Amino acid sequence: MSTVKLNSIKKTYPNGAIAVRGVDMVIENSEFIVFVGPSGCGKSTMLRMIAGLETITDGEIEIDSKVINNISPADRDVAMVFQNYALYPHMTVRGNMAYGLKNRGIPKAEIDKKVIDAAKMLRIEDYLDRQPNQLSGGQRQRVAMGRAIVREPKVFLFDEPLSNLDAKLRVQMRIEIKRLQRRMGVTSIYVTHDQTEAMTLADRLAVINDGRIEQMGAPIELYNNPATLFVASFIGAPQINLIPVQFKNNKLISGDIELSGFKDLPENTELVLGIRPDVITPNKNGQLEIKVDLVEQHGADNLIYGALSGAAKADIDDTEICFKTAQGTLPDIDSVLKLHFDQKTAMIFNKESGERLI
Amino acid sequence: MNNINWRIISNHIILLIGVVFMSLPVWVAFSTSTHSAETILREGLQFWPGTDFLKTYKEVMFEEAGVMKSVLGITMLKNSMILGIGFAVGKVIISMLAAYAIVYFRFRLATPLFWIIFLTLLLPLEVRIIPSYEIVAGLGLLDTNFGLIVPLIASATGTFYFRQFFKSVPEELLEAARLDGATPWRFFIDILIPLSKTMIAAILIIMFVVGWNQYLWPLIMTTKEENYTLVIGIKQIYQILSEGGELPQYQKAFALTIMATLPPVLVVLFFQNWFVKGLVESEK
Amino acid sequence: MKRVQFEHSSIPYLFIAPQIVIIAVFFLWPAGQAVHQSFLLEDAFGLSSQFVWFKNYTDTIGDASWLQAAWFTAVFSALVTFLSLGIALLLAVKANEVIRGARAYRTTLMWAYAIAPPVAGLMGNLMFHPLIGDLYKFLNAIGWDFNHKLDSFDAGFVVVLIAVWKQVSVNFIFFLSGLQGISKAVNEAALMDCKSPTRRFWTITFPLLAPTTFFLMVINITYAFFETFGIIDTTTGGAPGGSTNTLVYKVFQDGFRGADLGGSSAQSVVLMVIVLVLTVIQFRFIERKVHY
Repeated sequence: MSTVKLNSIKKTYPNGAIAVRGVDMVIENSEFIVFVGPSGCGKSTMLRMIAGLETITDGEIEIDSKVINNISPADRDVAMVFQNYALYPHMTVRGNMAYGLKNRGIPKAEIDKKVIDAAKMLRIEDYLDRQPNQLSGGQRQRVAMGRAIVREPKVFLFDEPLSNLDAKLRVQMRIEIKRLQRRMGVTSIYVTHDQTEAMTLADRLAVINDGRIEQMGAPIELYNNPATLFVASFIGAPQINLIPVQFKNNKLISGDIELSGFKDLPENTELVLGIRPDVITPNKNGQLEIKVDLVEQHGADNLIYGALSGAAKADIDDTEICFKTAQGTLPDIDSVLKLHFDQKTAMIFNKESGERLI
Repeated sequence: MNNINWRIISNHIILLIGVVFMSLPVWVAFSTSTHSAETILREGLQFWPGTDFLKTYKEVMFEEAGVMKSVLGITMLKNSMILGIGFAVGKVIISMLAAYAIVYFRFRLATPLFWIIFLTLLLPLEVRIIPSYEIVAGLGLLDTNFGLIVPLIASATGTFYFRQFFKSVPEELLEAARLDGATPWRFFIDILIPLSKTMIAAILIIMFVVGWNQYLWPLIMTTKEENYTLVIGIKQIYQILSEGGELPQYQKAFALTIMATLPPVLVVLFFQNWFVKGLVESEK
Repeated sequence: MKRVQFEHSSIPYLFIAPQIVIIAVFFLWPAGQAVHQSFLLEDAFGLSSQFVWFKNYTDTIGDASWLQAAWFTAVFSALVTFLSLGIALLLAVKANEVIRGARAYRTTLMWAYAIAPPVAGLMGNLMFHPLIGDLYKFLNAIGWDFNHKLDSFDAGFVVVLIAVWKQVSVNFIFFLSGLQGISKAVNEAALMDCKSPTRRFWTITFPLLAPTTFFLMVINITYAFFETFGIIDTTTGGAPGGSTNTLVYKVFQDGFRGADLGGSSAQSVVLMVIVLVLTVIQFRFIERKVHY
């Protein structure tokens, strides 16, 4: 039951590389926070700074209003689940879970009880005397969580814990982690590059790019109202459609395409129009036209991909448009479709700065 | 199909030639050691074992003046064991500690100390043999086990084996252990040593063989016959071959050769997999 | 080095201290002594000594016997390295290919690793013994007027043969494990791309073995320089006429037999420099080419 506070923390490596460029954040009691971003964005570094595995170049980290910058990892009362589990290969499951408690001088009887309780919670009580190499990936994952749980820490830290699992197990464990966290109510910080994981797990999501927080908020808030081009393109699968445009005479212009009904936008500036795939529908009177080149059937729905006709040839040769249709609506390859989108849901960004304008 | 069979046959022929090349000398040495001095002098080396096995090996190992003037073969065997085991154990302990410091700690003199250790790899005992001898003699350590074993440990091969191995241990284990509240000492004892078990075994085996086979250093270090190792006994074998007026005792020379070879060979064969794993690890 | 390390002021020094103390006393001190003595000239009784600058160096290096030993060491090392690597590679490739008896071959080809060089030397010495040695008799029977006690080429032949015999096993072990380390997928891809096994070997397998080969070259040159001491000491003892003296053996001979401490120390120092230079060359020029 703890709060974590980051006060403009910075990290510069000895070789001069800057990993974190000043991050402020308050994580409330029992909150599940996910750091999401591309690899190398600094999210893992931030987590490891909270754990005490990386030194803090500048700024302060507080847990329960106590600055922990110079406290050893063991004394911060945090527990971490590692990407490759980092189980001690020569110890049994029981030994792995008990090790941290033993080092803290907790009486043996109490350790036993805690280990059993945690093992029951994770349904690994049958494997307590096995060694890690006798376990499947999913079981190892549970042991790694068990090792964190028995400690009853103030904060759980997860460093891409599911990325070594196969797709099916990943979904299953994701749900389990979320349930467990709800039940135990322990403040948790979870690092991932997978936006689906981020969306589904987080109470609040921090999108991190190049050592900075791009935006922080509830997952659905970030999806509906991204503050920057980066957040818009990072959150949401399939990815948001992006069309390079310019604003002239109250119209958005991209090559032959002209869209009216927009105002108060800067002229002579490179802009980007963003349209989520799920707000696009085929319609004879639609504003856009594509030539279909790929249809993916996902079962419940289909994803249709096609090249946007008439768009300005900006960076990309063909501006690809993707949209969703219900099962059954299957256009032919190479057919030409008119598409409609609600202009109220469209987002417009400054291409240069990434700033959201509408 | 014909083509492939040909290839298989030629592979086996080449390998068999290799096996004969590698094994025949030792086999002949053994067979010859079981014949009498007369037979050997009359007929030369022997391919098939003879009947004097017990007699010759008993003389060589257990009888006074069997090989040397005063020292028994069995005493030399004991000395070799002490050297082999002492060297292996000492080396493993010292190099593990040093490798642990180098890999797992950040400290000011880490780089210069690392280079000093690295330097010992380049300059083996042989090139500084005379001053080494003088220093050990000056310290009054001639003819002692300490003086025999410790200077040999100065070379850092073991440290590098362990350094390579420790570097291959996943980093997250140390991180997890730190979050679990392990002190440096606890991490070493609880995690690193158990993890290194196979590696320790492999290095013990390799170093036992290396120690057992030491030649130049024991040769100049030991002045008393009672301190000779089997390998040093080899050096003295020419005496047996030319004991004035008598028949040259070739069978004893061969028997001593076999005795000097047998223990390390057995160790290597018995622990073959560990040994190969440990040896190959050094390459990475 | 690890990304994360312990930060402690005193503990690492405690761990590293035993090794450093041993190195200081039994390595740095003697090496320093060798350098010091190389500048001194002792009188015949060892009672007094005199600082003579580089006289010992110029004396020994200019000496014909030192040059002879240097030349022999170079030829000897090259032959031993090349032959033992070649034989071992051939055997390893074959042992990696066969299915039947693979383990038996491996065992019987590697066990000679455990034999000490002087023991190998003595065994070889007896095989080439003029009275009982079958090899000696055989070589003479086929018309080679073989006598390694008198003829320096024959003596060189004996030490090279024994040194190669002793070293094949180590090389074999490394080559075999190097071959086994090449991924199965790469071999299968090569099998589809190239029909000729010989061509496959030289274009795919051998380049992939380059790091192993480089490592073994270093090991083998070191072996030929230093560890063959025991072989030479138990076979030719440098004879005939110093023609099979390696540089290391000559240091020992001049220092212990000849009691020429200054000269012997100067030779030690020169040898150290040679080894350092060789190592630098190996790392600089060869290793760069074999890393992927």
